[in-house]
Amino acid sequence: MSGFWTLLHKELLRFWKVSVQTVAAPVLTAALYLVVFAHALEGRVRVYDSIAYTDFLVPGLVMMSLLQNAFANSSSSLVQSKMTGNIVFVLLPPISYFEFFGAYVLASVVRGLAVGAGVLAVTVWFVQLRLQAPVWALAFALLGAGLLGALGLLAGIVSEKIDQLAAFQNFVIVPLTFLSGVFYSIHSLPPFWQRLSHANPFFYMIDGFRYGFFGVSDIGPQTSLAVVAASLIAVSFACLALLRSGYKLRH
Amino acid sequence: MRALAGVSLCVEEGEFFGLLGPNGAGKTTLINVIAGLARADAGCAKVMGADVIGDYRRARRMLGVVPQELVFDPFFTVRETLRLQSGYFGIRRNDPWIDEVMQHLDLASKADVNMRALSGGMKRRVLVAQALVHKPPVIILDEPTAGVDVELRQGLWHFVRRLNRDGHTIVLTTHYLEEAETHCGRIAMLKAGRIAALDSTRNLLETFSGLELRLRLAAERLPQPFPGRLVSQEESQFVLRLETYGELEAALARLRQAGVRIVEMELQPPDLEAVFLRLTGK
Repeated sequence: MSGFWTLLHKELLRFWKVSVQTVAAPVLTAALYLVVFAHALEGRVRVYDSIAYTDFLVPGLVMMSLLQNAFANSSSSLVQSKMTGNIVFVLLPPISYFEFFGAYVLASVVRGLAVGAGVLAVTVWFVQLRLQAPVWALAFALLGAGLLGALGLLAGIVSEKIDQLAAFQNFVIVPLTFLSGVFYSIHSLPPFWQRLSHANPFFYMIDGFRYGFFGVSDIGPQTSLAVVAASLIAVSFACLALLRSGYKLRH
Repeated sequence: MRALAGVSLCVEEGEFFGLLGPNGAGKTTLINVIAGLARADAGCAKVMGADVIGDYRRARRMLGVVPQELVFDPFFTVRETLRLQSGYFGIRRNDPWIDEVMQHLDLASKADVNMRALSGGMKRRVLVAQALVHKPPVIILDEPTAGVDVELRQGLWHFVRRLNRDGHTIVLTTHYLEEAETHCGRIAMLKAGRIAALDSTRNLLETFSGLELRLRLAAERLPQPFPGRLVSQEESQFVLRLETYGELEAALARLRQAGVRIVEMELQPPDLEAVFLRLTGK
């Protein structure tokens, strides 16, 4: 197991040493979203009857940043290591593919949580947040970060170059997070788009996380948690299968 | 594409073994299979009896690999790099050994320098140190001296020879044939994924190479018959290939008997270059 702990430690050090880019920058971005959207939409958009728009927005921004950074961590770390070739330092030692998976995903969870906590700490001053069901919020934060960490690992395994990874990030991850109801409730969408949103796993993560704060959501939190957990299991299995086969790592 | 076909060889414990061959012959592929960096479609590889797939944990603990590419992780210092590498192998608090390895490789003064700031030669030393953190009984060096200055090269060989004397098995691939000739007790020559020759260095040199005799004579023609094989002639300069030293004696006797005076004479001992060229058909 020591190989696992060392790899986890290395992955944590990797983003922590450049925390201005990996933690502070996404926190600033989220704060800017809050300022701009709150200024433009406060009083114009009503999502739930008892909740101001800015209040509604904050948990969504926290979760969006958390998810995007969990993805960025494992994916960019792995692709950089593959491109520079220093991945051999991890492939030569007796580290099992389970340990490899666990270390990369757990480090991503930590980075996601660090960024999420940072966004919350900065934005919480602008709003009046109640944390009505903190256990639900934590559960969605953990599983969501795990899912995106695993998805990032998957993208990192498959991608050979930074631009392939960037395509995945720009054409899959960013649209899915933006169209997941961070900035609006999907109930305000036309029926077609509502149905489409239900096919987006990110929607369940945002919606469930928000339930932890307000005690209201578009979909029951049990359902959302089940979707997120099932997605996490599916992506983890795919990752483990690829790692086991050595796909694009031990070619 | 088939990178390796029917390669079967066994390196004995404590050997200094050379793996030679032109670019694309399959040397690095073979090493990658042994190190678990590539999976062979068929066949098996073992390190100290441990199968590299079935018993990969033991196999990898037995093996230290110095990769050919000058790779490094720019996030860390030399010491951090070596501590992490120790941890990957399940070794905690490895600093006494890390310090010893750094001392031998002249890295001690760079311990707290970031990898990015090191010269190519220094990075190469760190790669060697990384391969040794877990004290592996088998060490594979994949072209360790490519693009490395003379001083480092000598220091490196000194250190590697010491490791070999201490009982480590060394497998070396190199483009520098004189390096293989100097250090390796046994050599496999690969060509297009197959073993073209596998023998002790001495036997390879004796079997394939022969002697090259360069003569300048006071005559424009050799007495006939003359031992050996005439390779080239330019006026009174002759280049001959002899199979044995016995032929040399016969050649000199023949000249004396014919009354031909030798103006200049040079004898090239057998070298791997000639063996290599003959085997790889260039």
